[in-house]
Amino acid sequence: MENFLQQLINGLTLGSIYGLIAIGYTMVFGIIGMVNFAHGDVFMLSAFIALIIFLALTQLLGLASMPVAFLIVLVAAMACTALWNWAIERVAYRPLRGSFRLAPLISAIGMSIFLSNFVQVVQGPRNKPVPPMFTDLIRLTDGPLSVTLSYKQILIMAVTAVLLLAFWFVVQKTALGRAQRACEQDRKMAALLGIDVDRTISLTFVIGAALAAVAGTLYMLYYGVVNFSDGFTPGVKAFTAAVLGGIGSLPGAVIGGLLIGLIETFWAAYFSSDYKDVAAFSVLAITLIFMPQGLLGKPEVEKV
Amino acid sequence: MSAPLLSVEGVETYYGNIIALRGVDIAVNAGEIVTLIGANGAGKSTLMMTIFGSPRARSGKIIFDGRDITQMAPHDIARAGIAQSPEGRRIFARMSVYENLQMGASINGAAHFNEDLERVFTIFPRLKERAQQRGGTLSGGEQQMLAIARALMSRPRLLLLDEPSLGLAPLVVKLIFDTIRDLNKREGLTVFLVEQNAFHALKLADRAYVLVNGRVTLSGTGRELLARPEVRAAYLEGGH
Repeated sequence: MENFLQQLINGLTLGSIYGLIAIGYTMVFGIIGMVNFAHGDVFMLSAFIALIIFLALTQLLGLASMPVAFLIVLVAAMACTALWNWAIERVAYRPLRGSFRLAPLISAIGMSIFLSNFVQVVQGPRNKPVPPMFTDLIRLTDGPLSVTLSYKQILIMAVTAVLLLAFWFVVQKTALGRAQRACEQDRKMAALLGIDVDRTISLTFVIGAALAAVAGTLYMLYYGVVNFSDGFTPGVKAFTAAVLGGIGSLPGAVIGGLLIGLIETFWAAYFSSDYKDVAAFSVLAITLIFMPQGLLGKPEVEKV
Repeated sequence: MSAPLLSVEGVETYYGNIIALRGVDIAVNAGEIVTLIGANGAGKSTLMMTIFGSPRARSGKIIFDGRDITQMAPHDIARAGIAQSPEGRRIFARMSVYENLQMGASINGAAHFNEDLERVFTIFPRLKERAQQRGGTLSGGEQQMLAIARALMSRPRLLLLDEPSLGLAPLVVKLIFDTIRDLNKREGLTVFLVEQNAFHALKLADRAYVLVNGRVTLSGTGRELLARPEVRAAYLEGGH
């Protein structure tokens, strides 16, 4: 029982991070029908950006308050990563719009390779350690196998929940979100109504990157180490989460992320940690075979 | 006489290498209802979309209110004051009726939104009943009403209507055409209407054009064209 509770906490923490990344995949797919293979590397890049800002704040400027530092790092990393992804879309994807369907996909793979190599060159190939922060633990039960909830885990789940709510509000209640959803359904019609479709697509990349940067900041904080190759596996897992939840569906991405986090964690705890990635990707294969629309995939039956 | 509100001059449009419009000239004056009739595949909807720059005219000019809009981006053309209820209606099926109308008001934002909403709800009371329903769950007639209402939300100076009668029951067609006539008579709205339903369209229109194979072959007042034997033979006999 203790083990189960502990793994549940760990799985939800990991799943929160996957869910945040998965939204970027699902939004971009929804609006331009492209799997953004570079998204995992944008996430990795954001973790480095967060680390650099964190070190600059605490070591160069001598900021002592961790919560304040964390807030500044989070906001600054979101802004910088958003700017990066905005530029990536302009350079690598927009010129190929209207080209054949695979062109932006191939461009995204190129961008993925570029980003990981770029970070490897400028930051070096070794793991970068992150100074420990929020190291306190709460003991939920006493005993030989005590269940603990770390401050980090609370922070990760709380930040994820708050930002997802804010994001949900933007998508459902603002003109920007409405334009985004309209472009997802019918870009040409949206343009006929005066919506600047290119701008809306840019904003989709910006929002996706900002959420990936939240994930990147939390990931850096949780694991205490970042590496230029860290984009690949979490990226593919988050993509799996997006497919599992139903690609194009925003709640699906979050639910898919939590499920993948839980499956991976429980598999590692009860069966074999060597095969945890196999478990996660088997879910992808099974979903694609038996439920290609995913859990919350869009029902395409509409009256005409 | 002053310059027309919309003038299409020698417009040629291609899909790849296939020509769809072969030098079309059409003028719509402020306050008029002008209709374009023609068979399936004549290029009617292509002309409607070419006015919005998508597909782009390969040659010729499109002038709206004295401005050359031939090369403008579609969303800028909408902001210039043209609205369209397009072929197939293109309702946002996964958005509520209310949200569809909000989308229609995109270029004005919240300015006079409630006033405009009241106006379209008065014109189409059915939409008010269905305001919270998803667009995709509406009947064909209701979707057509929504498409027109959505276009009106931007307060356009020119309304483009592409086959509003397609697939609708006769009573609904009558309601839609009566509404168009009312908007024109009472508010002076300029309407450019594309129709296969030539009889209704010609009765409604001040002036009309006939499009055959991407070319305008006939033009005149609605009444004149209704009386022409070749129009009767090609578009009116056997129907209605």
